[in-house]
Amino acid sequence: MELCDRSAYELTELLRKGEASAVEITQAHLDRVQAVDGRSGQLDAGELSAEDQQRVHAFITVTAECALAQAAAVDRKLAAGENLGPLAGVPFTVKDIFCVEGTPSTAASRILGNYIAPYTATPVERMQAAGAVMLGKVNLDEFTYGSSNESSAFQPHPRNPWNTSRVPGGSSGGSTASVAAGEAPLSLGTDTAGSIRQPAAFCGVVGLKPTYGRVSRYGLIAFGSSLDCPGPLARDTRDAAMMLQAIAGQDPRDATTAAIAVEDYLTALEKGVKGMRIGLSPDYMKIAFIDAETGEYEARPLPAEIESATLRAARLLAEMGAEIIEDVPMPNTRYGIPAYFVISRVEAASNLHRFDGVKYGYRTTHKTSQLSELYRQSRAEGFGLQPKLRILMGMYVSAAQYSEQYYNRALRVRTLIRRDYDLAFDPNGSYRLDALLTPTTPTTAFPIGDVYGDSVLMQYADQLTVPANHAGVPGISIPAGLDEEGLPIGIQLLGPDFSEANLLRVGHAFEQATANEDWRKVKPQVLRD
Amino acid sequence: MKNEISPEVFERLVELAALKLDTQEGEYLRRQLNNQLAAIQELESIPLDQDLQITSHGVPYPAEMRQPLRADQHQPSDRVKAITSQAPQFEDGYIIVPDIPHKKLD
Repeated sequence: MELCDRSAYELTELLRKGEASAVEITQAHLDRVQAVDGRSGQLDAGELSAEDQQRVHAFITVTAECALAQAAAVDRKLAAGENLGPLAGVPFTVKDIFCVEGTPSTAASRILGNYIAPYTATPVERMQAAGAVMLGKVNLDEFTYGSSNESSAFQPHPRNPWNTSRVPGGSSGGSTASVAAGEAPLSLGTDTAGSIRQPAAFCGVVGLKPTYGRVSRYGLIAFGSSLDCPGPLARDTRDAAMMLQAIAGQDPRDATTAAIAVEDYLTALEKGVKGMRIGLSPDYMKIAFIDAETGEYEARPLPAEIESATLRAARLLAEMGAEIIEDVPMPNTRYGIPAYFVISRVEAASNLHRFDGVKYGYRTTHKTSQLSELYRQSRAEGFGLQPKLRILMGMYVSAAQYSEQYYNRALRVRTLIRRDYDLAFDPNGSYRLDALLTPTTPTTAFPIGDVYGDSVLMQYADQLTVPANHAGVPGISIPAGLDEEGLPIGIQLLGPDFSEANLLRVGHAFEQATANEDWRKVKPQVLRD
Repeated sequence: MKNEISPEVFERLVELAALKLDTQEGEYLRRQLNNQLAAIQELESIPLDQDLQITSHGVPYPAEMRQPLRADQHQPSDRVKAITSQAPQFEDGYIIVPDIPHKKLD
């Protein structure tokens, strides 16, 4: 097996035993990038070639020189007998929504196309302090606004390594594509409505959205400040646990990080599921469909393969000693997207006011005679359609005459969504769940071009993931099989606040129970000979 | 009743948002906004108790989970140049912008 197909855990073992150097490990991953990624995302990229359509395009910026220098430093430390961090020599990619000192930090938007961050985000700083080696910055939907990566201003946008005619999901699509294609074993993503879990499901990798406040947002270019959660992407739960261990915990530079001790996630993995109470809810086993013109709501059944993958996981967990609790009511799940349309837009509009062509980022080259005209022209040219749409909706629903009807109402519905989880997880309640098991997504990866442009349908791709963002609770998506087209299916586990260790534990048990199944031996299309 | 963002309200929003749109962008965005509003109407059918409070963060922040505020002290930055060099136009310690006309507020 090539070094770039090993897990982060295996790589740290190989390094410590002297069977591979950090430079060799980094070089192997850079070679994989060279082999599968194609040209990196760029502004004004021109027409796609036939070759472009076969490549992954996860990256916006590859920091090869810097990565090799960091790896060499790890090797020097190892030779000198110095203490190595727990992720020493492990390559990782960073969603280009995090600031990393001295690197372009673009948010996949023209408006930050020339921005070089003067400081480093806390989760990245912690990865580097643990010895991990950053290979570069990966693509996303512009400002994270999307579920397919098609909205990036940096084209070609990432493609799904399992089938390059499909989207990788989003918004952390560059992250999940890079991990699925073996370009890095780990990636740092963010999740505001499902942006870690949905692309993880589409690309057949593990994605963990931690509890809000578990991982610092310092240095993250903000979208929805009450919803954004940085978190790990990896190919298995052990690697996700190692990465979460490195990035979790209080940060004096983010006042919303919680003063709660970080658990030992790796030890928790091995505890098994015996005696755990895992719930299934009928409210997660159907799809909300909204008629774009009339807004009429209709419940439709899940695709059979996604439903059966979820129920099969429940059976396997039961065989390992978990207790499955059926019919857990989560009645407010269906309001997750409508409430999100309001809350996230208000927060996005507020956060996007800072981009004005004055302090940093893109400034129009048109001659403008007044400051207000400079703002307007710079924002018109610098923002793509998705940021513009979010700003306009945010301003509308928070306007004085509408805020009671829309914004305040949505915040009260958010209370109901949180209440569903409180009741399900209450240790003295009727259900007393340790985790809720659900599908991650209503479909597997959809074809490029099928949904993009319909902002309502695109948003509903997050319908099974967004309630956890409203509630702040943690969630993980893990691969659970392939559909008949060979596309990955993801299942989701949701738990009470700060129960990441338990979610990883359940996920790990599922991985062990399915370790020898045929679908686990299938490689993504871009890695087949 | 179904609400719609009229062309007039839309124009006002564009102004407030400090944006500028061409006709085609404007038409697409107004149509998408109205489609999203139709989905949002779903919220109006939910019966809400009079005393139901809002949630602005999902996770509750009891005092023991919160960090104390840091001291309000001036901390000099060691990366002033890295920050000011990002400004599109910077001269003699100032960020340069076009004229800011004085305007009477409504």
